[in-house]
Amino acid sequence: MASPSKFRSNGADPAGESALIRIEHLHKTYHMGDNHVHALRGVSLEIARGSFVAIMGASGSGKSTLMNIVGCLDKPSSGKYYLDGVDVGALDRDELADIRNKKVGFVFQQFNLLARTSALENVELPLLYSDSDKSTFKERAMEALTAVGLAERYDHHPSQLSGGQQQRVAIARSLINNPQLILADEPTGALDSKTSVEIMGIFQRLNREKGISIVVVTHEPDIAHYSDRIIQFKDGHIIVDEPVANPRNAERELAEWPEEVEEKEPVA
Amino acid sequence: MNKVFQSMRIAFRALRVNKLRSALTMLGIIIGVGAVIAMVSVGSGATDRIHQQIASIGSNVIIIQPGSQNTGGVRTGNGNAQTLTEDDARAVQEECPSVMYASPIQQNQQQIVYQSNNWFSRIYGVSPEYLTIRDIRIEEGQPFTTDDVRSTSKVALLGKTVVDNLFAGEDPIGKTIRIRKVPVTVVGTLVPKGQNASGQDQDDLIIMPITTAKKKIMGGGRQNNWQQIGQIMAQARDGQNQQAMDQIEALLRQRHRLQATEDNDFQVRSLEEMAAAQEQATQIMGLLLASIASVSLIVGGIGIMNIMLVSVTERTKEIGLRQAVGAKTKDILSQFLVEAVTLALLGGSLGILMGVLASLGISYFAGWNTLVSPVAIAAAFLFSALVGVFFGYYPARKAALLDPIEALRYE
Repeated sequence: MASPSKFRSNGADPAGESALIRIEHLHKTYHMGDNHVHALRGVSLEIARGSFVAIMGASGSGKSTLMNIVGCLDKPSSGKYYLDGVDVGALDRDELADIRNKKVGFVFQQFNLLARTSALENVELPLLYSDSDKSTFKERAMEALTAVGLAERYDHHPSQLSGGQQQRVAIARSLINNPQLILADEPTGALDSKTSVEIMGIFQRLNREKGISIVVVTHEPDIAHYSDRIIQFKDGHIIVDEPVANPRNAERELAEWPEEVEEKEPVA
Repeated sequence: MNKVFQSMRIAFRALRVNKLRSALTMLGIIIGVGAVIAMVSVGSGATDRIHQQIASIGSNVIIIQPGSQNTGGVRTGNGNAQTLTEDDARAVQEECPSVMYASPIQQNQQQIVYQSNNWFSRIYGVSPEYLTIRDIRIEEGQPFTTDDVRSTSKVALLGKTVVDNLFAGEDPIGKTIRIRKVPVTVVGTLVPKGQNASGQDQDDLIIMPITTAKKKIMGGGRQNNWQQIGQIMAQARDGQNQQAMDQIEALLRQRHRLQATEDNDFQVRSLEEMAAAQEQATQIMGLLLASIASVSLIVGGIGIMNIMLVSVTERTKEIGLRQAVGAKTKDILSQFLVEAVTLALLGGSLGILMGVLASLGISYFAGWNTLVSPVAIAAAFLFSALVGVFFGYYPARKAALLDPIEALRYE
């Protein structure tokens, strides 16, 4: 994995190359008036490069807070978070934006595509904020759309695409800057079961073929079992952290899917 | 630069989404800029009118009149003394380095007869330089010369009004008219100048050599000194108006042998000065109108700010997404700033169009002289950009400083 030296030099990372994510005694406290909400109470965690991890837990368990911090959207109140050797807690607002742009891809439950904007332009969006050469945008966006199997619909607007297709556009968008980590927050929450399997299949393929680490937040155990490792949160602590003995294989399941294999017609 | 174009494109797209809203928002700026442009063009039209009138009098013109006379404590008004002479006029022309031309003027009103027609007009006895000073051009025939002045030739140049009233369609050149029974040959006619600022007909005149006018026509009466003249008109070299006036004053004081304690027995006035005062009044009026109009420009700016705040709130989720995929503070700031400036500039351009149309309408329907100046257009364009930046900055900053987590969660 290529990573800019800018961030490399910043890291006092004794664990070295092996861990993509290293979290030490992480606390996060929100202050709301006089109330202090302890969302995370001393979490330590390592995620190796190329892992596929599912994070589970009830709402309020701290998993969203952890995801925000892992995605460099938020900073810890105390403790350390190293992403690819970079001490994220020490970065300012714009440096966080830059690291999100280069190293992290986001996939959301509600897809979060820009309306009235073609799939291609939606995929290009992160490139606008990178220092890439503009002449390569289109080519790279097409490449990413091809990777999620949506190349022929590049000029469709989100309203002309089905939920599953929209989510694939969102995955293509997360891929565009060749991130080391894709964070998916309930990526199948708004999709039917077959489409969910398709989306998980794409994640599995990206993980396997491109070596991109994937962290999926979900509350569905079914979905969590496509990953290699499940971490469960409760009350700001990790209560379970165990490998998945026999991860599900989305591709195989799809091949054996009983009903018609045709893509659903776009929902208007 | 590339980034700016990109932001412009995003801005246009965002503005197209709410066409009606964008149009209504721009309306404030359109009206503001339109009003400013229209008012400024009315103002500069008036100023321009004054310039034209000055030009019709002649540029850099200085008028020297006799001063008041003090005879045993009884003072007459200005112009009543008989202190200026033809020699003074000649001396002003020859000895004042900043003076280009000078001409003596003696004027009088007389009945003029041609065959069975007659007309009452003003006679100007002058030297040939007068034509140059006043920028009077000959339409047909020839001007008279210095020789004519010296030899007291009975020749005259007629203004259009005089020609129209004496010669009904006849060619006046070479004809003989009679002024106080003195036969005078018409040698030329003058190019019409129209009315002056006070509505006086500037073509109702006869110009002839000063010597002829004084000795043959106006002779007799109070003049016991042939040398005395009514006034001197001089033309200063460009940009040397003040020097010329100072030189004339010094020269005439010397020639009139005035002691240091004595007042001038003449008066030197510059038409530029008088015009400048009038012009200043017009400019103040124009400025007043423009500043009232610019209030609506500010109101338009507030409209932009309002709609940008709404837009930021509506697009909170979009902002959150852009932040999540790597938009920095300045990216979001510039996106919304460019959007506000685009709104303002679009409104400004339409406003300029409206203003130009309005000033054309004003000059067409109200008959006022209007002048749309490129400077006003450029200033209006620049000013609307500034309005966009000024009123767009706060909403844009608000957008740029949103917390990405909150923004993403916003519904």
